[in-house]
Amino acid sequence: MGMTLEELARGQIARVIGFRSEDSGLEPKLREIGFAEDDEVEIVHFGPLMARPVCVRLNRTLIALRRNEAAAIEVSIG
Amino acid sequence: MSALRLALVGAPNSGKSTLFNGLTGGTAKVANYSGVTVETRSGIFSTAAGDDIELIDLPGIYGINARSTDERIAVDMISGRLPGVAAPDAILVLIDAATLRTHLHTVLQMKAFGRPMIVVLNMIDLAERDGLELDVAKLEAALGVPVVTARATRAPGRAALMERLAEEAPKWARNDSDAPLTIPELDLKALQTDARRIAREATLHEPAANKFTRTVDNVVLNPFAGPLILAAILFLMFQAVFTWATPYMDGIEWLAAWLGETVAAIMPDGLMQSLIVDGIIAGVGSVIVFLPQIVILFTFILLLEASGYMTRAAFLMDELMLRVGLNGRAFIPLLSSFACAIPGIMSARTIENERDRLTTILVAPLMTCSARLPVYTLMIAAFIPNETVWGFIGLQGLVMFGLYIAGVVSAVIVAFVLKRTVTRGAAQSLIMELPTYKMPNARDFFLGLWMRVAAFLKRAGTVIFAVSVILWVLTTFPLGAEGLRQTIAGRIGSILEPVLAPIGFNLEIAIALIPGLAAREVAVGALGTVYAVQGAEENTEGLAAVLQSAWSLPTALAFLAWYVFAPQCLATLAAARRETNSWAWTGFMFVYLFVLAWLAAGATYHIARFAGL
Repeated sequence: MGMTLEELARGQIARVIGFRSEDSGLEPKLREIGFAEDDEVEIVHFGPLMARPVCVRLNRTLIALRRNEAAAIEVSIG
Repeated sequence: MSALRLALVGAPNSGKSTLFNGLTGGTAKVANYSGVTVETRSGIFSTAAGDDIELIDLPGIYGINARSTDERIAVDMISGRLPGVAAPDAILVLIDAATLRTHLHTVLQMKAFGRPMIVVLNMIDLAERDGLELDVAKLEAALGVPVVTARATRAPGRAALMERLAEEAPKWARNDSDAPLTIPELDLKALQTDARRIAREATLHEPAANKFTRTVDNVVLNPFAGPLILAAILFLMFQAVFTWATPYMDGIEWLAAWLGETVAAIMPDGLMQSLIVDGIIAGVGSVIVFLPQIVILFTFILLLEASGYMTRAAFLMDELMLRVGLNGRAFIPLLSSFACAIPGIMSARTIENERDRLTTILVAPLMTCSARLPVYTLMIAAFIPNETVWGFIGLQGLVMFGLYIAGVVSAVIVAFVLKRTVTRGAAQSLIMELPTYKMPNARDFFLGLWMRVAAFLKRAGTVIFAVSVILWVLTTFPLGAEGLRQTIAGRIGSILEPVLAPIGFNLEIAIALIPGLAAREVAVGALGTVYAVQGAEENTEGLAAVLQSAWSLPTALAFLAWYVFAPQCLATLAAARRETNSWAWTGFMFVYLFVLAWLAAGATYHIARFAGL
């Protein structure tokens, strides 16, 4: 149903609404580095070579993630 | 009375090292704990009230869910799980004030241990310059633990913290019990909700993300410009190592030669003079020569790390490293390995996935470490003509570059093969914070550089000193031996000869490779000694001339190829043993490097002969 962080266009600002992943270890990792419900997120850079890593702005911090990790973060726009 | 023990906890890039250096004046002691691969720094300082506090610097963590080896060490230390080490008496949590909202949950996680705590909001000056306004009193009331702001780089910026520590330290109880603390079960989601609420209430004004960082990143992380900038930085770094260091290296060589001649003139001829001049001064001098290169290399690495660029490099390299079977985070250990594989192997601890970490450790020795430089320099000076190719590129420099590339390409191939065979495993995650760009702090830089230089000098003064003496003994005794073959070294070398003869190595090389076990660069001094060239170590041209007449070109090229892999370095093997905690993997590393070195040297030798060189 909802969108994930991975599907955002560059510069599109969204809010985290939850996590979903087949890998149960991923959510704690993402929470630990700071992702939480209601946080503002935005993809600010894509890696070179059509790469898997993306650089995400989380509130006032920058986090490097892989696409599959970004896909575990559910977001809503606006 | 023993000092109170205070654990320094914080996210990577929160400024832990800066605060540590500032409080302790950099008088750190590196502590090793038996049975585990732990190395933490600790230092002692006193509060105004007269309490001694031992500050324990820990690897960066965001909470108690340890992912990497590094993080596990930190959590084990805080909870008193390291064998024979009691849990610390209190915890200092350091947070970059600019990222309070995102990182405040770390404080709540640490609070769950129920130990005395103090929270420090660091880099408050930078956060305030961006326009962040915080109500510290409100934050303190909501958290229920002391909170102070700080600017860890300067003494006035640490004054509030010092004052607070003087008040708080007398309230801490010394914990002498070895019983570990219970690691609390935490509901991360609820904890984060609490942390966000507290942060929101304590934040009067929160500006947008750092503009300067964003502007720089638009260029540095650009998918096209980014990799080019990274390549340019690496090129500059290696250029600096090779060219800027030369005058200083010449100076040190001159000094060692002068010292040798002076001692030779003062002391009467004889065994003692030979030991000091040919053994010690020549042997140790031949290694100290690399100090300028090591200083330059670490200068680059430390500045790249402190400025915040290094994590960007890891981000840019991640895709490439993934395709090889490594992780973007492996870029930093592998880059350090160009200086020396040992710090490289140790910094692989930040890699969360055990299989990735193992692969990184196994290929780290393939990065051309600075100890191989003297060997390359000597062989190139002796055998590669100083010509220009394609109009502007020096042939000697090109060969040197080729040797570096050979190391990198082999590492790529080996990692690729390993990931598909012995270190196969599930996909790993990246999840890494990119800090805002910062001006590196001078004190942190010089302390960091000194730590590395001191380690190198210590090695030169101990291991290499001992090896120089032993080699001198082996090549000098029994007295009256006729020719090299009759000396002790010659006899040992003859045992290796049958293995090395097929790849074009002669007895002298076999002998030089043995002391090279202690440190690769010793092979140069050893060749000098075995060819009995007086002072050859200080004057490479002298030894180069001798080698030119003694070796064929295929042998010289084979020797260079051998050194691309060069399995022999006891210190690296010891580091690998410590970090992998496995003799089997250490043995595997030695054997695979040896086999590759042998095959590469053999192939080079026979191809060169076939080509009629």
